Amino acid sequence: MGEAVQDWTTDYDIFDPSYKKDPFPMWDQIREKCPVATTDRWGGSFMPTRYEDLFNIARDIQHFSSRNVLVTDFGEPIEVEGETVAPEVNTAAQYNGGAPPITSDPPVHTWARKLLLPPFTATAVAKWEPETRRLCAELVDGFLANGRADGAADYAQQIPPRVIADMLGIPNDMAGTFTEWVRGFLELGLTDPELRQSSAINIFTYMNERIQERKANLQEDDLLSYLLTATVDGEPVPEPHVLGTCFLLMVAGIDTTWSSIGSAIWHLAQHPKDRARLIAEPALIDSAVEELLRAYSPVTMARYVAEDTVYNGCPMSEGDKVLMNFPAANRDPKVFDRPDEVILDREKNPHIAFGVGIHRCAGSNLARMEMKVAIEEWLKRIPDFRLEDPDAVTWAGGQVRGPRLMPLVWPS
Amino acid sequence: MKVRVDSEKCQGHNRCYALAPGLFKVDELGYATPRGDGTVPPELREKAKIAVENCPERAIEISEEDA
Repeated sequence: MGEAVQDWTTDYDIFDPSYKKDPFPMWDQIREKCPVATTDRWGGSFMPTRYEDLFNIARDIQHFSSRNVLVTDFGEPIEVEGETVAPEVNTAAQYNGGAPPITSDPPVHTWARKLLLPPFTATAVAKWEPETRRLCAELVDGFLANGRADGAADYAQQIPPRVIADMLGIPNDMAGTFTEWVRGFLELGLTDPELRQSSAINIFTYMNERIQERKANLQEDDLLSYLLTATVDGEPVPEPHVLGTCFLLMVAGIDTTWSSIGSAIWHLAQHPKDRARLIAEPALIDSAVEELLRAYSPVTMARYVAEDTVYNGCPMSEGDKVLMNFPAANRDPKVFDRPDEVILDREKNPHIAFGVGIHRCAGSNLARMEMKVAIEEWLKRIPDFRLEDPDAVTWAGGQVRGPRLMPLVWPS
Repeated sequence: MKVRVDSEKCQGHNRCYALAPGLFKVDELGYATPRGDGTVPPELREKAKIAVENCPERAIEISEEDA
């Protein structure tokens, strides 16, 4: 951590503790004063904050590439001296950006995305709803009588790793380990190259082992088998691509969704009227989920400037990074009336929490389903609850924002 | 009134289908198209406007022509 930030428009620090906890005033300041902020910290980057700018930049894939979507670029190869890494892991880590389609541009992105979309349509993910519901109910029942639990660690964090493991067809009893690896890669690893490297190797290695097993024992209804048997233009999908996509599914399917579930619970803990309304009007859940996604969007992916360009008077050079602050766009008063208020039945809500353009989150329907079920099953059993101590809540920030410790209490 | 989805712009956010399933359907990849020829029955006019307002890709257009 460097010196304290004096000016958020020219020297922002997305890893500053105050930014992780409450970035909203900083975004307002940047949006009004200098909508595309800059910084030299963490290798340097640009950060648009207005809805229109995010919309334009995300759709300009010629200048803004997805070959690297993390803002801190350590540029290290995955090989680690003195460590044995399976050759498949090294190959996959270098293949199509390492985690296609999120790390790819067209033309690879086009077929890689088409391959990934069918299992993630709203209809396809609905198949996983009963099991998700059972899981959420079981989690709440486990701590209900205690009158207290950690809404992040004991609940939100427990859901997505199990759901994605079930979908992939890998054992879900390793959920705690998956969580640790994914945090090591995407959360804590953003500022810690060694941890990021070792976490990536762990995920790649584990998924590679499961892929090798599954090749000899294909199943009907899991994502691993689907990817291993799918064809693109009549050819099987190259195995390094399958491994990279599995890496993506684990990383993207876990940290982001639990952050959204956690933020939703955090909001409801402090807004008894919203809780009461959701209980009285259960049909509001779909628009409530969209509104909570808007107000507490977790994900800020990055783009890599592919060729020198001037965006809105702002010169950018090849190799520069742009932090896609979709969360700030979703609080832009030019697009959203009373942006800092959560309005469960907000009628006009074209939020871009899942991004916009060709990289729209492929797992968005899954994330929505998990949020909806997690909120419903919680409220069904714990209609009245609050933060034990608002100051005790800790936030992860950087490129994925959500509560990590959130002690809650309720009448038992 | 008719709705139209620009297939070059639609990225499969699923918002129109969730908000107005009577007007839109999605294919096996999740991309949206209007149901039938896109004609909006009078009782769904409000839904059509809501779908336009919520599409993050600005992919939905309404025309006032009658079918």
